[in-house]
Amino acid sequence: MTFDDSLLSYEEQTIFRLRRLYQSYGYVQYQMSKFEEYDLYAQNKDFLISDNVITFMDDGRLMALKPDVTLSIVRATRPGEQTLEKVFYDENVYRITKGSDVFREIRQIGLECIGAVDAYHIAEVLLLSAESLRAISEQAVLNLSHLGAVSKALALSEVGSEAREQILKCLSSKNLQGLVSVCDDVSARPEGAALLRMLLTADGSPEETLSALSRFEILAPEIQELRQILSVFREAGLDSMLHLDFSVISDMNYYSGVVFQGYVQGVPGAVLSGGRYDPLLTRMGYRGGAIGFAVYLDQLERLGGEEGNDVDLVLLCSRGTDPGDIIRTVRNLTSQGLRVRVAENPPESLRYGKLARLNGKEMEILEERS
Amino acid sequence: MKNVLNIALPKGRLGESVYEMFAKAGFECPSVLEKSRKLIFENDAGTLRYFWVKPSDVCAYVERGAADIGVAGKDILLEYEPDVYELLDLNVGKCRMAVAGREGFRDDRRRTLRVATKFQHCARSYYASIGRDIDIIPLNGSIEIAPILGLSDVIVDIVETGTTLRENHLAVLETIFPISARLIANKASYAFQQSQIQHLQQQLALQLQSSKEES
Repeated sequence: MTFDDSLLSYEEQTIFRLRRLYQSYGYVQYQMSKFEEYDLYAQNKDFLISDNVITFMDDGRLMALKPDVTLSIVRATRPGEQTLEKVFYDENVYRITKGSDVFREIRQIGLECIGAVDAYHIAEVLLLSAESLRAISEQAVLNLSHLGAVSKALALSEVGSEAREQILKCLSSKNLQGLVSVCDDVSARPEGAALLRMLLTADGSPEETLSALSRFEILAPEIQELRQILSVFREAGLDSMLHLDFSVISDMNYYSGVVFQGYVQGVPGAVLSGGRYDPLLTRMGYRGGAIGFAVYLDQLERLGGEEGNDVDLVLLCSRGTDPGDIIRTVRNLTSQGLRVRVAENPPESLRYGKLARLNGKEMEILEERS
Repeated sequence: MKNVLNIALPKGRLGESVYEMFAKAGFECPSVLEKSRKLIFENDAGTLRYFWVKPSDVCAYVERGAADIGVAGKDILLEYEPDVYELLDLNVGKCRMAVAGREGFRDDRRRTLRVATKFQHCARSYYASIGRDIDIIPLNGSIEIAPILGLSDVIVDIVETGTTLRENHLAVLETIFPISARLIANKASYAFQQSQIQHLQQQLALQLQSSKEES
């Protein structure tokens, strides 16, 4: 039996496209249990999008319904500096979504590259995140930031921890006036404040932004890394969707290096989010590096075209019609790939393309809808 | 496909003066100011769509992408912490979030402080920052009456001129943060309509600059 893609929802079609994409780059699907010991999340609460977790007791152990996938993968792969694990997942997670206080089951697909991560693999993961967005929509943007650059700018400003938090908030909300006023209030060092301003207003093309930033010599390694990524994107013909945007800020206790978020036209929030999370590995007692991203499929339910008809044809048959005649007609139609509903009267709540009546053995078309 | 910029403005005097700023910046849609029951207004070129919403709802419209940009008070942004860009302080609608209480009130730190407010999140984070244990009493209006009737020790609320407080023998005890209207943008819209949004932001910034120089 062959399947017609149109039977799948937009979300399902996206999942198949993404699985094929990740497999084509040598990522292996990772399947896991729905439950995990709560302890894993309790120790890394801030890594989670929401720290509310559904828990239950299982034979004396406190278990949780997985609110996140990355922590489980890190723990299971036991990363080191010599090996490299490349996995993707397609899992349901259970958490509260932002702005609401009820739990939801959210289908999440993503990939992780863990262990001996090098420049190529960083670029590969970024490229796959861009390709993932493209698999969702042609109109997509990947906002890329580098936490190394942000933390160097903060260090250069010589500000205290409270001001640091305020500055990060201003950066992430592109609040230039707020940033200037915090820097003034705490007498941040002018060079650092200038760099922070430049990061906040850097909305131009990656090339222009990198040239402007290159006057800060301390950023040389970050600029080099970003240039490498840019050249990989150019090679793949995806450079037009790459924006350097330092408003993408993730918790620096868990993330370092490149962090990124993806947007597609028609969805109001980020549909993809990821970054390099070496500090998480260190916190969990492992060595090596890690980078990955997740695609939030719950955001995609409003994408895709208008819903079509429920069935292609409604076949009206009066009572007493020979069931053999009906099934013969129906099977004839379904073998042509049509979806057929047999009914005595036109069903009111059903959307259909054609309305037909079976007169004896003959079918007569009564109505055709566009 | 034509790119329409959807703009959510707060109903009322503030929204009207903000619209004047937008119009001066080249984002005109004269029908916005017509007195009618219409809710949505589009300019002749079909490139701009304005709508009036309750001030505290602007964030929801922008965060969820029904509006690409909007204007919201800093109080609302701090209370709801929507995931939006805060692009510009428009320097209008100025007031402050403050703690107020009966004239001569002294905080007895041996007791939990009872705080009546509409702004629970702001109140919680302010008192957490100074390590004060509080009991929040959520109210939706006429907050000033709470300390007078002994429902609460203090209130956390927006203070504009302070007249209502004075008339009720209340006084500002502490300013938590200053408030003004901000230009906010949906993050995805910003990614796709960056040049249009940045153009508006720059034009508004220029206006603010020149009015600052005049005064």
